Amino acid sequence: MSKDMMRAFELYQPESVENAVGLLGRLGSDGWALAGGNDTLDWFKDRAKYTSSVVDLSGIESLKGIRETADGIEIGALTTLTEIESSPLIQERFGILAQASGRVASPQIRNTGTIGGNVCQDTRCWYYRYGLDCYRAGGTTCYADTPEGQNREHCLWGADRCVAVTPSDTAPALVVLDARMVIQNGEGEREVPAEEFFIGPEIDIERMTVLEAGDLLTAIRISNEWSGSRFYFEKVADRNTWDFPLVNIASAMVVEGGVISRIRMAAGAVQCVPRRLTVVEEVVTGSAPDEETAALAGQAAVRGAIPLNYNHFKIPLLENLVKRAIRDS
Amino acid sequence: MLVELKVNGEPRSADVPPETTLLKMLREYLNLTGAKLGCDVGDCGTCTVIVDGVSVNSCLMLAARANGHEVTTIEGLANSNELHPLQEKFEEHGALQCGFCGPGMLISAKNLLDKNPDPTVFEVRDALAGNLCRCTGYTKIIEAVIDAGRVMNAEQANS
Ligand SMILES: Cc1cc2nc3c(=O)[nH]c(=O)nc-3n(C[C@H](O)[C@H](O)[C@H](O)COP(=O)(O)OP(=O)(O)OC[C@H]3O[C@@H](n4cnc5c(N)ncnc54)[C@H](O)[C@@H]3O)c2cc1C
Repeated sequence: MSKDMMRAFELYQPESVENAVGLLGRLGSDGWALAGGNDTLDWFKDRAKYTSSVVDLSGIESLKGIRETADGIEIGALTTLTEIESSPLIQERFGILAQASGRVASPQIRNTGTIGGNVCQDTRCWYYRYGLDCYRAGGTTCYADTPEGQNREHCLWGADRCVAVTPSDTAPALVVLDARMVIQNGEGEREVPAEEFFIGPEIDIERMTVLEAGDLLTAIRISNEWSGSRFYFEKVADRNTWDFPLVNIASAMVVEGGVISRIRMAAGAVQCVPRRLTVVEEVVTGSAPDEETAALAGQAAVRGAIPLNYNHFKIPLLENLVKRAIRDS
Repeated sequence: MLVELKVNGEPRSADVPPETTLLKMLREYLNLTGAKLGCDVGDCGTCTVIVDGVSVNSCLMLAARANGHEVTTIEGLANSNELHPLQEKFEEHGALQCGFCGPGMLISAKNLLDKNPDPTVFEVRDALAGNLCRCTGYTKIIEAVIDAGRVMNAEQANS
């Protein structure tokens, strides 16, 4: 296959949200929103996916930047990961989001990659990315979940024909912060909690989020509820740069009188959606964030995991990350 | 579509199909072949250029997206009389072997030194994390970048 080649498409460059929403609505399933392009151009170059019409969002200034609101902050969907990583406001209030953004890919990719693109990106299962006719691509097979299937990176929970996982580093942090995803289409604006924004194959095997043709993610709102609490983010990957998480963990906890009074925790790359660890939250609330509580939390976190042939290692990995999140945050 | 850029300080333009990447426009339409086509998917960094003051993989950016913006490529570092201090130090330290990563490596290094002329080893490693080199093992590259930073600081202090 020749390199740096893509099939021809029409390019639209709207300068307002209104025009972008109008275009996406009119184009329907033929339209493709383009933010930083790091996921998109990868698809187009491999020719595993194609669209006839691309709507480049990069000229829409109102989608960029971080603003303070009455009860928190609002991050425009087109804000780059570098801006988020280096924003004093986010570092100060929502440190895990800055950390998670800073652990994505490489400096170049963070300089153009947007938070909107990061949460909307497609899964990295290579059988699917390669263009095979798997369930997610509308076929009737999962190539990763066969005796020979290479599924070291795949899921521990939520397998439903497809065993792919969420690749996003920022998604678990947003779930922990109880962020609200602001979506616009021809009918108006709606807000969806991050936890409900991501969907698994049991809901729709061909999508990773609730977004449908014509929907534009315009912003992410985070209230001050978890601002300044004890945060923990850690990502384990094979290499320090470029690599998608094998498992990542995000947590926010409030400790009062020596015991955990409130906590939210989520793990990425273990399920098709960021996995909210509610069992852990229940187990540790009311206990001191010590070694003993951490050990119990780790055990609770991995209960019910169903490994595939090559990803058993993710179980002790997740267990340890949960322990550290309780003990070291 | 007509794409107009400022490349290394000069206005340049070309009529390109919408699906043209910035890398392709630079190499095939503007004959600036310094930035290289390596992996084509954002892993290797040899296509790195600076757009509006930040390093980007030009293989993953549409030329149309850079319309009206300022681009710096490796061709913008030296002039006909003089190498950039980074290039001099890369040569002095023997920081390159095959050289294919060089254009991207130097651009990422320049982008770092423009913002932080006195980086620590850790900061250099971080800034070059998106640029792969399969020959050198990076040690001499890092030494060259730190050394170049010193030279640039000294030049500034003297001017
Ligand atoms: C080499 C490489 C390594 C990577 N490593 C990591 C990693 O370690 N961790 C990680 O989390 N990610 C990683 N990524 C994935 C990802 O490309 C980037 O994280 C980036 O944030 C994607 O953002 P973008 O703006 O470039 O997305 P785009 O490619 O522009 O968009 C991605 C998808 O989201 C949709 N979209 C974008 N914005 C909107 C919007 N506002 N409304 C509706 N839909 C929208 C697009 O239609 C497209 O389907 C990596 C990518 C590459 C190429």
